[in-house]
Amino acid sequence: MPVTRPLPRLDSDNRAFWTGGAEGRLLLNRCQDCRTFIHPPRPVCHHCLSEKVAPEAVAGTGTVDTFTVNHQKFHPAFEVPYVIARVAIDGAPGVFLTSNIVGCPVDAVDFGDRVKVKFEQQDDVWLPLFEKI
Amino acid sequence: MAAPLEAYISGVGQSEIAVKQTRHPLLLTLDAAREALDEAGLNISQIDGVSTYPGRVPAFLGFSPVGADELIDALGIRARWYAGGGEITSQLGAVVAAATAVRAGLARHVLCFRTVYEAAAMARPEEYPPLRRDRVDGQSQWFAPFGAISAANWTAQYAMRHVKLYGLTREQLAQIALTDRANACRNPRALVREPLGMDEYLSARMISSPLCLYDCDRFTDASTVIIVSAGNALDEIRCTPVRIAAMAGTVERHSWDQAEWMACYPTGSELWKHTDYKPADVDTAQLYDGFSFQAVAWLESLGFCGVGEGGRFIEGGQRIALDGELPLNTFGGQIGAGRLHGFGFAHEAVVQLRGKGGERQIAGDPKVAVATSGGGPLATALLLARD
Repeated sequence: MPVTRPLPRLDSDNRAFWTGGAEGRLLLNRCQDCRTFIHPPRPVCHHCLSEKVAPEAVAGTGTVDTFTVNHQKFHPAFEVPYVIARVAIDGAPGVFLTSNIVGCPVDAVDFGDRVKVKFEQQDDVWLPLFEKI
Repeated sequence: MAAPLEAYISGVGQSEIAVKQTRHPLLLTLDAAREALDEAGLNISQIDGVSTYPGRVPAFLGFSPVGADELIDALGIRARWYAGGGEITSQLGAVVAAATAVRAGLARHVLCFRTVYEAAAMARPEEYPPLRRDRVDGQSQWFAPFGAISAANWTAQYAMRHVKLYGLTREQLAQIALTDRANACRNPRALVREPLGMDEYLSARMISSPLCLYDCDRFTDASTVIIVSAGNALDEIRCTPVRIAAMAGTVERHSWDQAEWMACYPTGSELWKHTDYKPADVDTAQLYDGFSFQAVAWLESLGFCGVGEGGRFIEGGQRIALDGELPLNTFGGQIGAGRLHGFGFAHEAVVQLRGKGGERQIAGDPKVAVATSGGGPLATALLLARD
């Protein structure tokens, strides 16, 4: 049986984020009063302290803000080398997701690359990975 | 109105620095405490406060095997005040807490310590089980599922931004590791006492680009103690007191990816608001280098050069060498001396200000030093002065 990636423990705060991929949706918590996106998801808005926060779907596209090519075998689930990137999420100012850029050679990734989410299911979790557009 | 009470560093001490030590971590802490007490001319009964980072971490004992309360009990310390925890502005935040306590009159002599046992724990997993979780939560959930498991990965992404925005080269970045290793050769306690050359650096395997093997510190078993004493208790100590002239710490959303940039930058700016000293007054800089790039970022943050100029500032290495204009990490930093985890920088600043550096002592009559810890989502800076 293949070793799986380390997976998040689902709870009321993060469940929407980690399972939205089942319907192909990237869900981010958003304040329903001031419209600020709140990531990591919490039950309160860090901008206006409103408790009216709810997950909303974003387009699922973004831009590579920074990245690294990891060469060290830190975990058996990951074949090295692989790209870890910080993706600035379209339509959600100030929200970045650390993820992997998949589907291309590791040396094909650069700053400013446009990317689109590609969900990978493992158990009850849909991991938002990204591939170049 | 009386002048505010100042906080000073009196004794500093360090255990042997090695890997796979079998000496009990409490006893390593005692080794460092004994040396610090001896230097200060204090005995344990005069210690009335204890401060540490991050306290005992039961799920990950190699990272932090000794808690403040445990040390208080083990050494029979009669503490009026103590603190230990990870939710502070990085490792030297424990010294900030101690200085704040003595200024408030809550204690006269606070023993601050950081004990690490990571190499020993890896060698004895039955006694020190590795961190195992069925599922990740908290901050880890945003990184571990994507194989961003090590702080090397998180720091590398900051470093890559510097490469892209400001043109940091590998040859420039190498100067941190080369300087550390050169200085470590002059420190009898350092873990890695062999020089490192540019060719060897450039041919090392990558860990997480742009960081190669030599940009990363090494797991170590050791303890460092720093005693913080109140300004009205100096008649009890026999060493030259080193004044904590300014302190600063910040947290940037306590996240490695949501903050716009690293916490060392606001921390560096904040430090100078609390003192009349200027960056040009600093005789030596002891800057956190768990990963080499953090030291580059700290040089910029503290105003030794402009933002983005760190690579050119260290180019060639002369400026930060032991005989340069700003000697950096004169004990070898964490890359050369071992991963003492933050406390080694404050320890060395005091050693240099007291002229006790032996073969690695900087020339002149150093009076002002800066020591830092962290740099990513958390950062602390101390400005130390021998008046």
